[in-house]
Amino acid sequence: MSDKIIEVKQLAKYYGKFKAVEDVSFDVYPGDVFGFLGPNGAGKSTTIRTMLSLITPTSGETRLFGRDLAHNRSFILSRIGCIVEKPDFYKYLSAQKNLEIFGRISGASITRSKIGEMLEFVGLKGREKDKVAGFSHGMKQRLGIAQTLLHDPELIILDEPTTGLDPQGIIDIRNLILQLKNERNKTVVLSSHILSEIELIANRMVIINKGRSLVQGSVSELLNNQELIVRIELDDLQKALQLMSDRWPQLEIEATGPNSLLIHLSHEIIPQVNNSLSAAGVNVFAIESKRKLEDYFLKLVKN
Amino acid sequence: MFWKSTYNEFIKIAAKPRSYIGLAAISALVSVILFAMKVDGKTYISFITSSFEQTLTFEGDILNGDLIAFIILQMLIIHVPLLVALVTGDLVSGEAAMGSLRMLATKPISRSSLLMSKFLAGGAYTLVILLWLGFMALGVGHILFGSGDLMVLNSDGLVILQNADLAWRFMGGFGVAYLALLTIATLSITLSCFSDNSIGPIVTTMAIILFFTIIGTLDVPVFDNIRPFLFTSHMIAWRSFFEEPFPIETIQQSVIILVVHIVVLIGIALFKFNKKDILS
Repeated sequence: MSDKIIEVKQLAKYYGKFKAVEDVSFDVYPGDVFGFLGPNGAGKSTTIRTMLSLITPTSGETRLFGRDLAHNRSFILSRIGCIVEKPDFYKYLSAQKNLEIFGRISGASITRSKIGEMLEFVGLKGREKDKVAGFSHGMKQRLGIAQTLLHDPELIILDEPTTGLDPQGIIDIRNLILQLKNERNKTVVLSSHILSEIELIANRMVIINKGRSLVQGSVSELLNNQELIVRIELDDLQKALQLMSDRWPQLEIEATGPNSLLIHLSHEIIPQVNNSLSAAGVNVFAIESKRKLEDYFLKLVKN
Repeated sequence: MFWKSTYNEFIKIAAKPRSYIGLAAISALVSVILFAMKVDGKTYISFITSSFEQTLTFEGDILNGDLIAFIILQMLIIHVPLLVALVTGDLVSGEAAMGSLRMLATKPISRSSLLMSKFLAGGAYTLVILLWLGFMALGVGHILFGSGDLMVLNSDGLVILQNADLAWRFMGGFGVAYLALLTIATLSITLSCFSDNSIGPIVTTMAIILFFTIIGTLDVPVFDNIRPFLFTSHMIAWRSFFEEPFPIETIQQSVIILVVHIVVLIGIALFKFNKKDILS
């Protein structure tokens, strides 16, 4: 048995000549909050749909919990809770009835108290009897998360869970995802095109573009291995420029204002720069790292 | 898991407002017919029997609950398929349009079980519709008009069936009518597997019924070979239960044709649904 929860190898899905997914590979380990990052149309939803057997891949291998999806569909799906795109419930039924319907075929015995517990967890206690037709998008998303948790799955797959939510809704969903990991010890796969979301929540990620996986690994390692753009705010620009071009002639330095400059440098050099400026009597007011996931992502996608 | 899924389907059908359109329509139509017959039924009957009155003498009450039920069945059984398709044509495509099919398909139930539970629920709904029609026509008809011998006018002439001989004929007639409606339900569910909107399968079902009915009634030799195999040719097979001599072979043939249609349509639906990429 593999220690990987998800193992996707060279996945491809073609619709005629259109290649929705061409070559996607990645691994997810137990306990990960795994970011599945890519621009719109990159093939994220198609990949997720193949992982849930909603669509049949043209080629490639998908293994979950160490088993081949094609031959162990029911076993695998009984251990997964998911929201694909958005949770679409029966609008003419109450929240509780909806959860009963999906819980009944989730492969576990779902009691009313369990449903009540889940509704409380997602902040919908007291709305059990209300019809879903009257729910806001954010409430439906939270009900969707309750639905994913009913049968206590090991793996939770959320496809663009914050799309269309207001800022408070985004924060609520983000906190729920972190709770899933921290309090319920779930492995979470989170697909998104919102870079900050992945950066804030995920510990590992894969970036895909045009149906291909470009890079995967630990979010912090991937970001920290990259050259950063650092903005420094200080009081003596000329002295700082002179000092830095003498000491690090290879660095690309650009004055962006009377008291600020941008330097392209690696993560480890930042403390040295700060110490050198201070030792030379230049007062440093702020050091701000500009290269985050956004720059990294754009660089990868453009390449 | 199959039975749990079937139970889910029953709950969904029971909760959907459109499921009651059929029952309401049948109630309204049958009530109108019963009212008209109560008010002016004797005129209607004498109009039908006038051509026989020179050679035959009718004794007793011809206008009874059994005749009313027969007339109602004859009038409505052609229209009931629309009421059935309204619900069954929506069972898969309606969920695809709503997005809930995507959620169902990510659950650990096989697609075949999921679809078969919809067929079972659709079949049960069809039965409810037909039983309601039977209750309204036979039950209420008997309450209002009492029972008696049944006079049936068909292409071979007039058939008088004794009252004691009617119960099994109505049961058999309803049985075959159910099989015909079940074929419609199966057709609409099958079409529903090919569509992601709920109106398409309902309209297509009615279009197919219309098309086959026209082919079936066109008295052109080129269609002679296919006419016996069209399910629409057997939609009125229930009437054979009210013929003398009793045409057992005709009924058997109709039952076989309808069952073959149901089996083939379920096979097509299972194949399509299992291969279907759920994108909506």
